[in-house]
Amino acid sequence: MVHAAPGGPFDSERRLPPAIEENIKEAYHLDESLPKQFYRYMRGVVRGDLGPSYRYRDFTVSELIGDAIPVTMRIGLLAILLALIVGISAGVAAALRKNTLLDRLVTGIAMIGISVPVFVLAPLMVLIFAVTLKWLPASFAGSSGADRLFLPVVALALPQVAYIARLTRASLIDVMNSDYVRTARAQGLKTSSIVRYHALKPAMLPLVSYLGPTFAAVLTGSVVIEQVFGIPGVGRFLVTAATNRDFTLVLGITIFYSAMIISLNLVVDLLYAFLDPRIRKR
Amino acid sequence: MSLLEVGDLTISYTDSAEPAVSELSFALERGESLGVVGESGSGKTQMAMAIMGLLPANAEIRGSIVFDDTELIGAGPDLLNRFRARRIAMVFQDPMAALNPYVRIGKQLKRILMEHELCKTGEATERTLDMLRKVGLPDPERQYRAFPHQLSGGMRQRAMIGAALLGEPDLLVADEPTTALDVTVQAQILHLLKELRAESDAALLLITHDLGVVAGNCERMLVMDRGQLLEEGTTQEVFGSPASEKMRALLAAAPRVSGESQASQAPASSKAVLDIEELSVSFKEQRDRGRVNAVRPIDLTLNKGETVAVVGESGSGKTSLARAVVGLIPADTGRSMFLGNFLPGSLNTRNQESRRELQMVFQDPLASLNPAMRVSDIVAEPLRVHEPGDETHEASVEAILCQVGLGSELLERYPHELSGGQAQRVAIARSLILKPTVMICDEAVAALDGTVQDEILQLLRAEQQRSGLSLIFITHDLAVVRQISHRVLVMYMGRLCELANNESLFGRPRHPYTKALLNAVPLPDPNARPVDAPLAGEVSSVLKPPSGCPFHPRCQQAIAICSESVPEPADCDGSFVACHRAAELDLSY
Amino acid sequence: MSIFKSVIRTIQSSRTVTVCAAMLLVIAALSLLGPAISSHSYFSTDFDNRLLAPTLMDQHIFGTDELGRDLFSRTLFGIRITLLVAVVASFVSLGIGVLYGAIAGYVGGRVDGIMMRIVDGIYALPFIFSVILLMVAFGRSMLLILIAIGAVNWLDMARIVRGQTISLKQRGFVEAARLIGVPTSGIILRHITPNLLGVVIVYMTLAIPQAILMESFLSFLGLGIQGPQTSLGTLVNAGVSHMERASWLLVIPASVLALILLCFNFLGDGLRDLADPKGKT
Repeated sequence: MVHAAPGGPFDSERRLPPAIEENIKEAYHLDESLPKQFYRYMRGVVRGDLGPSYRYRDFTVSELIGDAIPVTMRIGLLAILLALIVGISAGVAAALRKNTLLDRLVTGIAMIGISVPVFVLAPLMVLIFAVTLKWLPASFAGSSGADRLFLPVVALALPQVAYIARLTRASLIDVMNSDYVRTARAQGLKTSSIVRYHALKPAMLPLVSYLGPTFAAVLTGSVVIEQVFGIPGVGRFLVTAATNRDFTLVLGITIFYSAMIISLNLVVDLLYAFLDPRIRKR
Repeated sequence: MSLLEVGDLTISYTDSAEPAVSELSFALERGESLGVVGESGSGKTQMAMAIMGLLPANAEIRGSIVFDDTELIGAGPDLLNRFRARRIAMVFQDPMAALNPYVRIGKQLKRILMEHELCKTGEATERTLDMLRKVGLPDPERQYRAFPHQLSGGMRQRAMIGAALLGEPDLLVADEPTTALDVTVQAQILHLLKELRAESDAALLLITHDLGVVAGNCERMLVMDRGQLLEEGTTQEVFGSPASEKMRALLAAAPRVSGESQASQAPASSKAVLDIEELSVSFKEQRDRGRVNAVRPIDLTLNKGETVAVVGESGSGKTSLARAVVGLIPADTGRSMFLGNFLPGSLNTRNQESRRELQMVFQDPLASLNPAMRVSDIVAEPLRVHEPGDETHEASVEAILCQVGLGSELLERYPHELSGGQAQRVAIARSLILKPTVMICDEAVAALDGTVQDEILQLLRAEQQRSGLSLIFITHDLAVVRQISHRVLVMYMGRLCELANNESLFGRPRHPYTKALLNAVPLPDPNARPVDAPLAGEVSSVLKPPSGCPFHPRCQQAIAICSESVPEPADCDGSFVACHRAAELDLSY
Repeated sequence: MSIFKSVIRTIQSSRTVTVCAAMLLVIAALSLLGPAISSHSYFSTDFDNRLLAPTLMDQHIFGTDELGRDLFSRTLFGIRITLLVAVVASFVSLGIGVLYGAIAGYVGGRVDGIMMRIVDGIYALPFIFSVILLMVAFGRSMLLILIAIGAVNWLDMARIVRGQTISLKQRGFVEAARLIGVPTSGIILRHITPNLLGVVIVYMTLAIPQAILMESFLSFLGLGIQGPQTSLGTLVNAGVSHMERASWLLVIPASVLALILLCFNFLGDGLRDLADPKGKT
């Protein structure tokens, strides 16, 4: 599909002598028919070879992404962890004190969290914390240590904190209204016992289902974060590749992301099936 | 001083004009069993919730509930928690909903022991197992580790009762504890409750809509309606000479297994309208655990103007049978004739005529009506399908509504604006508008209150008299069967047990299961002769049916051959019975 | 139809929801009246007045950008485009999603299985990447953006519709209709579809913010609407580069964007509480 689009990666460069063009074409297999190119590519993918980058001619796509992956992963995982911890706590607290000030506060902030896009939030945070208050470094490259991770991770986590808090809250409220929690009350259990022994596990199930989309959202968000903070991660490559029409790089990155998401979704599905005894039986 | 004294209890909600409970006062003594009877909306559940302190936050409660000299209304959560489980315990209606599906049974019970520090940590498991054994669970260790969905309905309710009794309470509140259970299981559970109470001397507050249950299990009773206490007294007194209009109506409407059969006097003709031959249904179980034989090959003939009741408990296959006849699910085998023509198994291949003449009414009236359509459209739809372009629909719709006892002011309403009884009448109207020959009712009155149930049954009988409508009536309620059927088909685990006339079946049942079913039905008569011990055990798993006769593991009359070969239905004095010992047994009353 | 009546009733029931609904209408109306209100056009440059802070003088109430263009009229224009993209894209996804979901749900069996595998497959790729791929392949035009967002957004709608169809199918009244002899087309038309409306409306109110976010995201990455036309996302993107010296260029469009999203989210929540109080879907 990418190939079908007009304009190749080499068009913008100087016109090369025909012979060299021939050679290049042959090297990159551009002279073969489209289906054949696709087939060759797929074979390569399976073997782990994502092909050479069209733009950065000295590197293969795998090499390029390979260096960037750990950076992106680190920030992404930290963000997810942060989002889960803060989100779940906030959600549980809000659910248990439904309609009190705390609840309204949490719900309100969560609403804002999901309404403000991350590409607005991130620059704003930079503006406030880095430029105005000068508490934290504005750019990734120009600093080191944990300091430079703080803003990107928080900015990436915030929207997810909002979603997770809302989801946890709704889910726990549902569970607390269920018949079996009513039975637990009739059995004289105090609220903290009920939450701990009866309510928490069922309430977490919808969250587990949501983990898949959470991961996807964090990956998406990381593209923005990396742009704003200048982080040399996979997301930044994607944007530059897209602008440069570097087919293989774009494809490579996309495949990488898809693979990650598919595997994570699989893990999530298995986890859900494991946790829900009704599915787990026998 | 009474154990429980309720004084002028009033419960109201801001969004409704009438209070749910209104100035209710009564007393309950130690060790006494008090039944609370009423139809839906009478406030009996609200009252129970108030005693337990489980009313929602937006309920306004006035009056007093004094338990053992302590006022419960307005008490803080700590006080309430001290009383719950240890002094007052509750058993709810639907054990599947009331038990936590995500936590193992043993753990749920153990939690009660731990929370109230009723024993040392090391002993808790043992005590839980003891209780599980005591409530009659067949394999306590296994059930301890099981999740609720792995247990049968009866076992779940036993577990619930076990949970309630762990704290050795003085008062047990049971809200419709057996309503969701099969009638034989209900008998077991009620029997269990009697035994356990005799041991522990706990008082019982039993809430139910079933007069038979009250009659057999309660010393005193209350009658409630629309939040108010109408009458109170010993069970004998109230049944013998009911003081309130409502109680009289309830007694009159209660279908009875004993007494005169009220099936239409005009005997059905012998002209067959529906002839089912060798119909069998099976399903593929999830996860390839094999096939479930829901219905084994069955023959049944339905005559014009006749009502055949199909009775059975869960797993009997009665609903699958109905759905297969109607074409909603595919039948494995079977060759049926309808009105002289071959009736294809699948609904899609049937012609319009078959579809006109064979109609069905479902159990849940509200679910069977399209919530986005008005009553007039719902009832007119069959006409639109079969007689398109005809403009006289309006008149027919009004006529049929009148026939089922509904006024034309309901025409513009949506289903959610109707009561259960009204909705079922609309469903019946929809089925009747095409003047079908045969109508199949799948538990059509099970979800309705007693008085409403009676009205609907009368409506069906009237229709039968008027137009010669033939009915197949699927139900689990033998009392209803007595009232409306000409012939009865009793099913167990997909097989025919007995097919007999109404009189024969009730007077001289020939299959041991039929007898057990009849025994299990609680009679609304406090003076009734106490029955023998209830049928033990439970329906076997459909995936691993017993060898030979499916009923033999529970049958008191089983002999060697019963476990070896499946008895085929054979004629026995005019009835068809599938029992090896049919000829020699005398099970008459 | 009673559905609309209940929608109106929900909107009136909660103060927050009413306010949000009203605000959205006001914003939309303002944006449509844009040219009439502002004396400047959204594209006319004015190099003498670059990067003016918001001021009442000269009627540049939101200030100007680096090319001297009036931010107020640009914002209004941006709102128009953003809303247009969102609504159109949502309707595209609605069309595809409802049809796909209803067919999968009703037909069931193998067809359903295959259809859902396809959805799962596409789902694996985060929406943004699909859109980026499409953009890279086909260049940027407004039409393409609409189609791209719509083509990627229908998945959730299809899933919801399928789930709802399946649960409807099992409800008695569909069986009753089959028994009466209503043909399949009649069932889908008269029985299933009217009962899908509730769910569809609710998800539309959530799909619209999603579409807006997507469009804004694209603009942010430079793949969106081309100048001098603008959308809120493009404005925010431009605003980011002038964050330090002319913060109003970022803050104003960002706030408007956030406000619109907030209103839609509240609206969606309110409607969802009505349609589905137990949160079953």
